[in-house]
Amino acid sequence: MTRARRLPGGGRIDRTRTLGFHFDGAPYAGHPGDTLASALLANGVGIVGRGVYSGRPRGIVAAGVEDPGALVQVELPGGSEPMLRAAAVELFDGLVADGLPGKGRLTIERESARFDKRYRHVDVLVIGGGAAGIAAAEAAARTGARVLLADQDLALGGALLGSEGERIGGAPALEWVAAAEARLRAVPEVTILLRTTAIGLYDHGSAVLVERCTDGVTEARVHHIRAGRIVLATGAIERPIVFSGNDRPGVMLAGAARSYLHRHGVLAGERIVIFTTHDAGLRAARDLEAAGATVVAVADARAGDRVTGTEGDPWLSAVHVNGTAVRADLLLVTGGWNPAVHLWSHPRGTIRFDETIGAFVPDVPNGPYAAAGAAAGTFDLAGCLAGGAAAGAAAAGLAGFGDGQAPPVPAVEAPAVGPLGRLWLVEPEPGDDGTAHIVDLEREATLADIRSALGAGLASIEHVKRYTTIGTASDQGKTSGIVTSAIAAALLGQEVGAVGVPTFRAPYVPVSFAALGGRERGPLFDPVRTTPIHAREVAAGALFENVGQWKRAWFYPRPGESMEAAVLRECAAVRTGVGIFDGSTLGKIDLQGPDAGILLDRVYTNTFSTLAVGSCRYGLMTKADGMVFDDGVTSRIADDRWLMTTTTGNAAAVLDHLEEWLQTEWPELRVRATSVTEEWAVVALVGPRSRELLRRLAPGIEVSNDAFPFMTWRDAEVAGLPARVFRISFSGELAYEVNVAGWHGAALWDAAMSAGADLGITPYGTETMHVLRAEKGYPIIGQETDGSVSPDDLGLGRMASRKKWCIGSRSWHRPDLLRADRKQLVSLLPEDPELVLPEGAQIVAAPDLAPPMPMIGHVTSSYRSAALGRSFALALVRGGRARIGETVWLPLPDRTVAATVGSSVLFDPEGTRRDG
Amino acid sequence: MLLIRCPWCGPREEVEFRYGGQAHIAFPADPEALSDAAWGEWLFHRDNPKGAFRERWVHSAGCRRWFNARRDTVTHEIAATYVGTEPGA
Repeated sequence: MTRARRLPGGGRIDRTRTLGFHFDGAPYAGHPGDTLASALLANGVGIVGRGVYSGRPRGIVAAGVEDPGALVQVELPGGSEPMLRAAAVELFDGLVADGLPGKGRLTIERESARFDKRYRHVDVLVIGGGAAGIAAAEAAARTGARVLLADQDLALGGALLGSEGERIGGAPALEWVAAAEARLRAVPEVTILLRTTAIGLYDHGSAVLVERCTDGVTEARVHHIRAGRIVLATGAIERPIVFSGNDRPGVMLAGAARSYLHRHGVLAGERIVIFTTHDAGLRAARDLEAAGATVVAVADARAGDRVTGTEGDPWLSAVHVNGTAVRADLLLVTGGWNPAVHLWSHPRGTIRFDETIGAFVPDVPNGPYAAAGAAAGTFDLAGCLAGGAAAGAAAAGLAGFGDGQAPPVPAVEAPAVGPLGRLWLVEPEPGDDGTAHIVDLEREATLADIRSALGAGLASIEHVKRYTTIGTASDQGKTSGIVTSAIAAALLGQEVGAVGVPTFRAPYVPVSFAALGGRERGPLFDPVRTTPIHAREVAAGALFENVGQWKRAWFYPRPGESMEAAVLRECAAVRTGVGIFDGSTLGKIDLQGPDAGILLDRVYTNTFSTLAVGSCRYGLMTKADGMVFDDGVTSRIADDRWLMTTTTGNAAAVLDHLEEWLQTEWPELRVRATSVTEEWAVVALVGPRSRELLRRLAPGIEVSNDAFPFMTWRDAEVAGLPARVFRISFSGELAYEVNVAGWHGAALWDAAMSAGADLGITPYGTETMHVLRAEKGYPIIGQETDGSVSPDDLGLGRMASRKKWCIGSRSWHRPDLLRADRKQLVSLLPEDPELVLPEGAQIVAAPDLAPPMPMIGHVTSSYRSAALGRSFALALVRGGRARIGETVWLPLPDRTVAATVGSSVLFDPEGTRRDG
Repeated sequence: MLLIRCPWCGPREEVEFRYGGQAHIAFPADPEALSDAAWGEWLFHRDNPKGAFRERWVHSAGCRRWFNARRDTVTHEIAATYVGTEPGA
């Protein structure tokens, strides 16, 4: 078992307060200032989890986010958070956690959890609040720049928090940290964010930070930062040495053990072996010895010493030093430090291998970034302070504050770093296949895996990563990545710098989707748009469908009525009496200017400039590729004023399209386009009795067919409201679309419902609207079309004017658009009149084809028709118009069915009904 | 996330903009005079350089004006934003 225990004194924890917590069901106690890892060690809990594949026990290896060993799941209000690192979980009273077998349990619902988002703009962002980061923030703050200092820990100090003995300005280092923090907090332009991890660095000074909140309300807050300059003072990560049996619990990074001692008052073991490449490792062993442990062996790699194996089940009981077993319960390992260049690399700043420290350091930034302190490869404290101050002052200067000159920094007393040896790997004994040399503890990938990858011919470190999976676990190889590169380099006979490291990508630490989603979930995920008549539709029992951001009434079932029955009833009412429909969501664009007609002629396939004031015309819009983009009715309001309508979903895209061409190609045209979609409420009165209804509502206008013909509009008073009435139809029936100011929409609806009560007025929704238009073969843009459908494919080639050009007209005689076997819009009548074909069903030419069958088309719309008394569909079929009268087949999951191809217009092909 | 200097509004976040592809590709004066190949070239083919690229942006959630930018496709550095012809180009 582990001999780890809390010492009676020491450490930067609040021993006056006790925090109770549960781990794997058992109760324990810790103190404020503890992490879950330090509290577990203090309670003698050494085994935290298990290896994901092997099931081998896993203990605490490191003292921060880089720990590949101790993964836990923490219960939180409304759910639990998987795959957290015990060494990075701040202890709180009542914490409940479980050790994980290398993988967590997914939590779907986190309903009571609260997440927030904030945008911040600063002149200088300093990431990392160790000595270098504090010095950088102070140097920048004195210039008057807006400074944000963020650190992932619960306190400033960085590596100093886990150390002892350094003095800054004649005082213990942490006293200087506290004084500096007080000075910074006194500056109004400075913000300090603790418990805040930078997860990604992006272009042009943008960064994303995630703050773990402790206010009991908000769980996490995502900060989106735009900074003038960013100083990366992200420190360095201690790296291990790979040897046989290195994954046994009781093997710990030397700096981590030292940090648990000085920061948490926890002695991680009693009989200690130190395996190191540098003096700081020896210092760690001495510190633990001074606290009561016994150093039983020193393996200094610089002197040729090697750890060749370990024993113990499950906890470490012996270490093989140079082949000799030594009884021990803690093996401290350190192979030096890797500057944390992850963020630096996110926006593709380059790194280079520094032979002096044997690690990759920042080289050329891509963007307004600089690195300082250990992140820049500076491991001595005086250098960190000086480098931080220089980087902070320079960043402020480049952001426009101060002269860029570094302020003086206080004197430092600290041990020298000393000569850094280099050892990545203890070579296996002859006959050892390297499967017990664990390179990546979280993925359980080994030296044997690296050898296998290279043996398979992989030479790129990116390929080695993917073959071995090293670095792909949730720790992203913070301790294993560079070791892998060095081992591969040795095997390939190359320099480490030439092999490089795999690309570092955001996020630096795992982030929950709940945090990234923030409040943008449920009803706040996307804006919801409702029409001025929405409340009336709700009251009438409508069910709604989403059309873009709009909520549109879908159908109005009576109590107990099925959707099919409701839609058939609504359809019949419109074809025989009068229906009422909310068309307010249609896109509406007010076009003003003397050249508006020219614009319309260029964007629509057909001609508008000749349209008389007072008239309306249906238009088909294509983009330059000649494919149908939108359609709708445009009316001429005055010589220089038009009202264009667009499909509901395309309103913004059409306005964008008009503005793009007006600005970039035709700036000489005198036209302005303005969206007026929400200014108007639109109530459509549809059906043979709509004329009678309008007569009652608008006694002031002559509603006869001669006086108010199809495709014209009138300004009128309707139900006492100022209105514009358009005689247009999307059903083939006599119809009037009454437009009033948005705020009058509900009043108009009420008046129509009241005046039409004895006519059997029936509200109908989008489903009925779709059926009625499909019976007439009217396409829905985006349903019958998919961006590869031309006007001629829809059977609307006659609308493509030959007398004038439009944006896409040249494309209509590209060879591909002249093919006879293009998919064309037709109707399908299933052989079984009760069968409603599935939309999207594929169409084939024969009933007995073997897969893969040549597909000749697909169903775009399919309904049951009240007017036809049967099911029908619209479809795009190769050479479809030439197949009219032929039978085609549709292989469905359970059978193949036959259908007859027909004209796309199935109902009232002569158009006799539109005039009533 | 890019920081883009709109010629009218100043520096704004990328989310306020929409991309418009390669700049300085004019709509042909007489499309009907073009061969199928030439029209297809205009319609479908654009440069995709590694390095400096002149491209169009529109400040769609701002002033809604179109403009051009010269951006390095490797570093994303935007050397200039301008209206019409690039100054000095």
